[in-house]
Amino acid sequence: MRALEYPMRGVQRLIGQGRMPYVFVLPNLLIFGTFVVVPLFINFYYSVTGGTALFPEDRPFVGADQYGYLLDCENHLSPFTCREDRFWRGVYNTIFFVAFQVVAMVGLSLLTAVILNRRIVARGFFRSVFFYPVLLSPVVVALIWKWILQRDGVLNAVIAAFGGDRVLFLAEPQWAMFWIIFVSTWAHMGFYTLILLAGLQSIPADLYEAAEMDGTSRWRTFRRITMPLLWPTMLVVLVLSLIKSVQTFDEVFVLTGGGPGTATQLIVHYIYETAFATQVHNFGLAAAASILLGTVLFILTLIQMRLGSRGERR
Amino acid sequence: MNRTLAFLTRRRDGRGWHPTDILSYVYLMLGVLMMFGPVVWLLMSSFKTQAGLVEFPPSFLPYSQEQVMVEGYKDPLPLFEVTLPDGSKKPMAQVRRIGIVSQMVDPKQPDQTIRVKFEDRTPIRSLAFAWENYVTPLKQFNFMSYLWNSIVVTTVATFITLVVNSMAAFGLSKYEFRGRTSILIFIIGTLMIPITVIMVPVYLVATQLGMVNSLWGVILPGAATPTGVFLLRQYMLTIPDELIDAARMDNASEWQIYWRLIVPLSLPAIAVLAIFSIMWRWNDFLWPLIILTRNEVYTLQVGLNAFQGELQVQWHFVLAMTVVTLLPITLVFAFLQKFITTGIASTGMK
Repeated sequence: MRALEYPMRGVQRLIGQGRMPYVFVLPNLLIFGTFVVVPLFINFYYSVTGGTALFPEDRPFVGADQYGYLLDCENHLSPFTCREDRFWRGVYNTIFFVAFQVVAMVGLSLLTAVILNRRIVARGFFRSVFFYPVLLSPVVVALIWKWILQRDGVLNAVIAAFGGDRVLFLAEPQWAMFWIIFVSTWAHMGFYTLILLAGLQSIPADLYEAAEMDGTSRWRTFRRITMPLLWPTMLVVLVLSLIKSVQTFDEVFVLTGGGPGTATQLIVHYIYETAFATQVHNFGLAAAASILLGTVLFILTLIQMRLGSRGERR
Repeated sequence: MNRTLAFLTRRRDGRGWHPTDILSYVYLMLGVLMMFGPVVWLLMSSFKTQAGLVEFPPSFLPYSQEQVMVEGYKDPLPLFEVTLPDGSKKPMAQVRRIGIVSQMVDPKQPDQTIRVKFEDRTPIRSLAFAWENYVTPLKQFNFMSYLWNSIVVTTVATFITLVVNSMAAFGLSKYEFRGRTSILIFIIGTLMIPITVIMVPVYLVATQLGMVNSLWGVILPGAATPTGVFLLRQYMLTIPDELIDAARMDNASEWQIYWRLIVPLSLPAIAVLAIFSIMWRWNDFLWPLIILTRNEVYTLQVGLNAFQGELQVQWHFVLAMTVVTLLPITLVFAFLQKFITTGIASTGMK
């Protein structure tokens, strides 16, 4: 990089010092523009065209047909009655998954952070223990649990030791849903624990000392001091985990493949399959579905910013 | 007695134990079991032989049955401890088993076989690590090239990310120029756009650029990450402008200012971004899965997924390769653990 000094001085002489910032921003903007900004616009174009061709010039314009197809239901609350029932199954699976996963994960993260914030011996070690799974790749996470949950796996051995019957955990719809929630919580809670812990540690210690002096009970201290002061961090964690949770794909794809049947097929999985994994690549439909997903994520982000700024004003 | 107990349970801050302290430690111990247990189980299982893996109930350590070569038999025979009719015990090799009766032979007297009931024999087992679980897939299947591809992607992508993002962050933090605000708004505005929303058109762009089935197709799309620009810019804003003015007085070019002044001063933030980038790239799955369709360009994650799909029955290989995949990131974590956790806690990104 130092070898660039001489040619860069030449460039600077040529375009003048005032235009140098463009040189610095250019490489980033080139990559960013090519792979984010331009695709954003093409995506809209895809969603209003039909056919199976990849190149936009070969795709006939169909207007809002893709959206109409996705949203065409006799009864929106029951996926059976929809023309594209896999999409709606994905939507409902995702809503169910997100609702339980976010609550379980944020709850456990908060509990863990509160415990780690106490005077604990080897706090650094325990913090690392809870964080470690965050580093593992989704494929690895899924394979670890697949191995534990299989028919002759260690969990079934424990159940058998207590006299129970072996369960095919990933082959029964309710169990499969439970396990994808469990595994994604296991894999990500350390991240949110860490953020909440940082939030807890920024609460001034003298507040707690004063409360102790007044003989306030621990539960009351938690409710009256910890929770209000932690609330801004809590909000960030809630919305961040919500956005991540809606986008879940990797772990579930490897762990259950969306199955049994479509019992654990989430919305991103639907988009992936529609565009890339089926015989007929339906790019238009996938683009329309991803724009609907993007809209939901955008609204979630707006809510976060709204809540965030209100938190600051307080 | 009471005083001894008080002394033993005394803690650093001089206060005694509260019931919630005990609950806390119980919770944390459970946490260690829940979080590390599965990984340790994977590690232990990866050393088991194929026969050891299908055993139920499974054992924690990788045991395998001992075998002996007996004169007159082509293959090694499994060794059992046999309780003879007179009550004595003796190690014997099993020749064959028919129903509940086994034909056993004493390795020292290979010409004499006896019949033993099924329940009168117990296998002799010893601790044995099946290293071939690791060696075979690395040699026979493409795992060496997956590993190599992952290493290439991770290092090249991280290098590009660091250079390109630090340049942009420098431009956006230390200069006033036309279009700066709009660029900033755009970059920060796209922070929330996930790959899933634009993966179809990114695939088109990659196709047009001839990047399908090339590692560049994995490396480039995520290289200019908004998160990186944002993080580095926040850090560079805290570097005093006087330093830059002084460097200009000394006739330094703008590039020299960037490379010799700003980059060294931003090293803490650049290091955090480097760690994130390594994590993202090593673990990346969905995008490589889309863009790489030919076996020889697979990264480790995609290869591992394809491998487990095809070879469900060969769990011994799958488990060993899973360990290979998680090892590098675990080592990075073990050495930089404190740095990583504080870095993430303070920036709040993953």
